[in-house]
Amino acid sequence: MVDFSLSDFDRAVLDGVAAEARVGEKYARYYDEHEDEVLPKSFPEAAQFPPIQQRLRGRPRDDTPMLLLQVLMRIEREAHCGVPLRQAPTALGNAALGAAGTDAQKARWGNLMLAMSITEPGAGSDTKAIQTTARLDGEEWVLNGDKIFVTNGVRCDGAIVWATVDKSAGRGGIKSFLVLKGTPGFELVRKEKKLGIRSSDTAAYAFRDCRIPRDHLIGGDEGVPRGEGEGSASYKGVLKTFNMTRPFVAAGGVGKAIGAFRVARDELAKEGIAVDFDDSRHARSATAQTLLELEADIEAATLTVMHAAWLASDGMPNNLEASVAKAKGGEVCRTGPQRAMDALGAMGLSHDYQVEQYLRDGRIADIYEGTGQIQRLVIAREILGYSSAELT
Amino acid sequence: MISFALTEEQTQVRDTLLSFATSELATRARSADEARLSPSELLDTAWSLGFTALSIPEDCGGGGAPRSLVTSALMLEALGYGCAGLASAAFASMLFVNPLIDLGSEEQRLRYLPEFCGEKRRAASLALHEGAPAFDPARMATRAMRDGKGWVLTGTKRLVPMGEHASRLLVLARASDAPGLAGIRAFIVDSDATGVTIARDSGTLGLTAAGFARVELAQVRVPADDVLGDGEGADIRPLLASLRIGGAALAVGLARAVIDFAIPYAKERVAFGEPIARKQSIAFMLADMHIECEAMRWMVWKAAAEADAGRDAAKASVLAQDYVNRHAVRIADDGLQIFGGHGYIRDLPPEMWLRNMRVLTSHDAIAAA
Repeated sequence: MVDFSLSDFDRAVLDGVAAEARVGEKYARYYDEHEDEVLPKSFPEAAQFPPIQQRLRGRPRDDTPMLLLQVLMRIEREAHCGVPLRQAPTALGNAALGAAGTDAQKARWGNLMLAMSITEPGAGSDTKAIQTTARLDGEEWVLNGDKIFVTNGVRCDGAIVWATVDKSAGRGGIKSFLVLKGTPGFELVRKEKKLGIRSSDTAAYAFRDCRIPRDHLIGGDEGVPRGEGEGSASYKGVLKTFNMTRPFVAAGGVGKAIGAFRVARDELAKEGIAVDFDDSRHARSATAQTLLELEADIEAATLTVMHAAWLASDGMPNNLEASVAKAKGGEVCRTGPQRAMDALGAMGLSHDYQVEQYLRDGRIADIYEGTGQIQRLVIAREILGYSSAELT
Repeated sequence: MISFALTEEQTQVRDTLLSFATSELATRARSADEARLSPSELLDTAWSLGFTALSIPEDCGGGGAPRSLVTSALMLEALGYGCAGLASAAFASMLFVNPLIDLGSEEQRLRYLPEFCGEKRRAASLALHEGAPAFDPARMATRAMRDGKGWVLTGTKRLVPMGEHASRLLVLARASDAPGLAGIRAFIVDSDATGVTIARDSGTLGLTAAGFARVELAQVRVPADDVLGDGEGADIRPLLASLRIGGAALAVGLARAVIDFAIPYAKERVAFGEPIARKQSIAFMLADMHIECEAMRWMVWKAAAEADAGRDAAKASVLAQDYVNRHAVRIADDGLQIFGGHGYIRDLPPEMWLRNMRVLTSHDAIAAA
């Protein structure tokens, strides 16, 4: 049955997440202005809040699908401008390992924090343009190339690195490899300075004749024994990760828009400007109409994210829906804070409010995990029945 | 528990109406638009499907299915996919029936609903709009004045769907000085009551098959127990919510039709050596149309589900309507653009769909969810 009601249990979970996120807001400005400082693993206030696993203990099985609740938790966290009180012990590379690694690899590296290193100076969404090479030399792979925009690349223990083993094979030649920090030939070149999300580190790597053992190929190759039905090392294997992660990144964008919207709504209410839902559109002020449209756009984006997550949790294909969600989340992360700022007027620019930080922090959500344009390409291919070769 | 899953019954109802919409409505859409008339044999066929009486309580002779705005929204989306104009004509009675089920007193339900459960088609409608530009329901000019135990209605209603055929009307009027919408009530009015004059309204841009009428109410006497609801009458806000959801659901269906029509054309139409669908300027337009159509549908479902869960759907329905109104017209407009000059010619539906969408997104009482 179509229903958008949260159970009391889940409401309490989300309220708890929000309360914790609110406390993190006091660190927002500091880490925005001190981006060279690495976040502590946890802040003292974290002790006041139970870890999420504890909050979820005893949750009824027949409640809202877990993946959907996780998306809502992400929205609630990002709707506060803060810094997480606890740093996640894992990163995107862990999801890739989970999706495509062999059981042995998961057991071996699963407890490390692994970043995902795909992007290069000349290869972003067009991953088949990757220039980093991996050459098999006896029982070792030799990696050469440059990588950029590695999220958590400074604080991670290692990274899953995409490289081509055969440039003539295009996409099929791209494999992923685990490279641990400290491996000779693996250099952390710099930490990037960004518009926003400055408390999240973004690294650039260089690989110069970096040698790793043969069994560090994710998913294994013919020469590495693996169990029945285990993930593949191919491009597709790692892309599987993205069907789960696009809705989460979209949720982040939605959260930032909500954060900015709440500031605008609450501050304007103090001035007597609020949306009366009984009013006809002709009776509303332009500012009230801006708030109403923004709230509608946020709701619409939220629903597309929820739908993509709901399909995934039901085991249904969601490649199209994940891109719809990401496109909407990316759009509202851009227009949301900007319209909140428009509604607030000049003081919306000031550090008095967090709206300007929501704008800067949120802006990334239409870029990483595939820009809005890439999402539209994916969507267009899906609805038109075109391959990636037919629609570029 | 959050879920996007339809029940088996909902899937069945939607599929039945989708097939009806494709085979019966879509095929007659153009001729009805040109004739500015819905063929009566089609209206009879639509009636015979039995959906008007589906949720009328059993003690009133109806199907007794529980009222669900989600189900209604699914029905209207399916119908809108075929032709929103013919759909609004064929299901105009629901503008009267659904509010009666939801807000009518026990006595009103028993008195008025049985006549909609028979095999013979029975038309009824709802009169909301008025002639003033920037019409605002809270400031409507039609008045219901107390007269002894009853009421006297005075005013002019415009753009009443199927108004000329309706035997009964639900007329919205200001009944007290209570501020805003709190002072508005709905009145059950016989179309042949003394003082009621119904005439074809001036033409409209679109939805011409909906048979819009102008309803003059000159000192029309309405008995005290014909104010919709018990006693002093029901708050009409849930009714407005159901109208917002109904119109928006039709728009979602029409938007989907536009997209499904544009996709094969864009893949067939060759320019500069390749199908135009392989050019990003067209492909991205289609992607955006798809994205927004999806988002529009979830907005409608959300608002409908709020009502089904027994919560106040006013806010959710305003948000849904606002969202749909902004995006649906864009979809219809871009649909026409993809066809270029061919979209402008009346041989193909895109120009009609743009006109119809314009009406769906401006008229607030086209269909009741």
